[in-house]
Amino acid sequence: MKSLLLGNEALAQGAIDSGLSGVYAYPGTPSTEVTEYIQKSKTAKSLGIHTTWSVNEKTAMEAALGMSYTGKRSMVVMKHVGLNVASDVFMNMAVSGVNGGLVVVVADDPSMHSSQNEQDSRFYGKFAMVPILEPSNQQEAYNIMHYAFDLSEEYKLPVLVRMVTRLSHSRAGIIIKERRAQNGIQLPVDTTRFALIPLNAKKQFEKLVKKKSVLLESSEKSRFNKLKLKEDCSLGIIACGIAYNYVMENISGNEEFYSVLKVSQYPLPKEKVKELYKHCNKILVVEEGYPIVEELLHNYFDENDKIKGKLTEDIPFIGELNPNTVGKAIGFFHNGAQEIPEIVSNRPPQLCEGCGHTDLFNTINELIPEIGNKRVFGDIGCYALGALPPLNTINTLIDMGASITMAKGAADAGLENAIAIIGDSTFTHSGMTGLLDAVYENTPITVIISDNSAIAMTGAQDSTAVGRLKGICLGIGVDPEHLKTIVPLKKNHKENVTLLRNELSYKGVSVIISQRPCVRLSRDKKEEIKLKIASLN
Amino acid sequence: MKYNLILSGVGGQGILTIAAVLDTATLQQKLFVKQSEVHGMSQRGGAVQCHVRISDKEIYSDLIPQGKADMILSVEPMEVLRYLPYLENKGWLITDANPFINISNYPEKKELFEQIKSHPNHIIINATEVAKKIGNTKAANMVLLGAASSLIPLSEESILTAIKKLFQNKSDRVINLNIEAFQTGKKLAKDYTDFVY
Repeated sequence: MKSLLLGNEALAQGAIDSGLSGVYAYPGTPSTEVTEYIQKSKTAKSLGIHTTWSVNEKTAMEAALGMSYTGKRSMVVMKHVGLNVASDVFMNMAVSGVNGGLVVVVADDPSMHSSQNEQDSRFYGKFAMVPILEPSNQQEAYNIMHYAFDLSEEYKLPVLVRMVTRLSHSRAGIIIKERRAQNGIQLPVDTTRFALIPLNAKKQFEKLVKKKSVLLESSEKSRFNKLKLKEDCSLGIIACGIAYNYVMENISGNEEFYSVLKVSQYPLPKEKVKELYKHCNKILVVEEGYPIVEELLHNYFDENDKIKGKLTEDIPFIGELNPNTVGKAIGFFHNGAQEIPEIVSNRPPQLCEGCGHTDLFNTINELIPEIGNKRVFGDIGCYALGALPPLNTINTLIDMGASITMAKGAADAGLENAIAIIGDSTFTHSGMTGLLDAVYENTPITVIISDNSAIAMTGAQDSTAVGRLKGICLGIGVDPEHLKTIVPLKKNHKENVTLLRNELSYKGVSVIISQRPCVRLSRDKKEEIKLKIASLN
Repeated sequence: MKYNLILSGVGGQGILTIAAVLDTATLQQKLFVKQSEVHGMSQRGGAVQCHVRISDKEIYSDLIPQGKADMILSVEPMEVLRYLPYLENKGWLITDANPFINISNYPEKKELFEQIKSHPNHIIINATEVAKKIGNTKAANMVLLGAASSLIPLSEESILTAIKKLFQNKSDRVINLNIEAFQTGKKLAKDYTDFVY
């Protein structure tokens, strides 16, 4: 029987079966299940594959590069905005190249189901000049991993595998193939390429630029890029990654009327595109994310109205594709669907019943009338839901760690009572450096670390912050007099309000650790956390 | 053969258990399945849905096109209506009667039920109450799956095998309870349709 796997899980199994030695990652929807699958895999365990979560995407990618340096195969996994965090090493390891196969898996989130933007990771791949693979379905996600590691080892480059929410979180039956062995340790023949002082970097960058033509050739002959020309030349379709499914959903049964170029490997196979372009009167580009291929086409053939897609508004620019929008762009008439009855109310996500964040927000909200509104800087995590009614506590939410640094900037501008709210894991991910900025200048801000001892939003994964927050804050230089711990419970409300009021009146950095485990953690897990906190303090 | 089904509910109500049974049963019958689900932020008490597609041929889209769902099976009565744009005109609405109220502007129950009943093909059963009587409210999912089962082109045998497989690490009592829930749901749906149609 086939194995029933999510796109993310199929990809993970594919990585295990390609001889993976380590996965490095920080959780982030829609990418989380890739790493979780390998963590739970008995095979991975028996093979000694490294699977522990990293502190953030940058540390994860650097560790993956370190493993690749030794000759072993490694993978690093993140959501699209995680690649922003890891972009420093990503851009530079394209220049140094890799040794053992290194695959960067990035899951984009068009429609922003659980994200703050719709950025398209293919731009990063193009920017770094590395090969990009974009599977169209779950079986291909499995198959493409083996190929990704091969490509990486053949061209000595990191390979970007781009997933999207709908493929990451959709299941199908998968045929699993044989597993190949891991690489042994074999250090690079010449290590100077990893030492990117200008002298070496110049040589390496030249090598990278020269690889362009072989990478293009690889795309042209790739089995993942397929061109099917049909006699009917009225419409040619370029379908990238998962877009291929939506195209096929619509034209299946009528394939003889449409020439289709399926693209799952970049750089874009230019010759194949030209062939399709010459053959057809009109070209429709269907791609999930930004119109990157469509723009390239305009570049190849000059601006003209033969090319249709997002730029021409034949397909909506915003939000993920679906079979209906793609069908309409191809030219299928869709009968009016039934309407959602008016009595159906919206049901937005909300904090769980009994969540400690809620008690914390109630504490802050009580002080808003005296300290003034619009001065609570939030961060990424479940507590971001505090930006919604009925709480309406949080005013900003930009990226991992921005709460502390934005509060600092606002305080620098003269805003009083600036509060930063950040989760325990977000703090270790990207908050510590910002706190040092504030401590260095003793900026008058109050930082509240809402510590639920888990990476809760993505499914309560282990947080590297557990038991270490106090030590980290003291180490950074927070005044012990202004490093407080509270327990956010209704019964402590009055006392917590007083404590927060006092810290707000202090004209320097205060840190309040608001500590209560996530309600979703099991009793055993909570016990384990308690012991860990005790052992580290 | 192609069957499109939307499962709906509120994050945390466990629609994925129903999906897992359907997926497993489908693969056992050597049919194709695609099942798209919601992870992340919406799982925190928000509206969630799951697209299940069953076919004897390769399935392309992970999402069901609008107007092509044969059934919306919901563990919550307001949520069954949220996905109406996906329903084929002759498709079925099957839902638990028990509302999950975590918002202040939840509609009047009477109006809600009238709206569901205005649709030609519907089954409303109090799955939560039935499951409670059997021994565990959590089995409401299996009551609903039972209620929907005779309309879904999968054999009862493979669905039961899938239930057993899914709960294989639990006690016999839990397995039997879920099977009883399934059978009761099936019977209730028959009584309902015999009465209404």
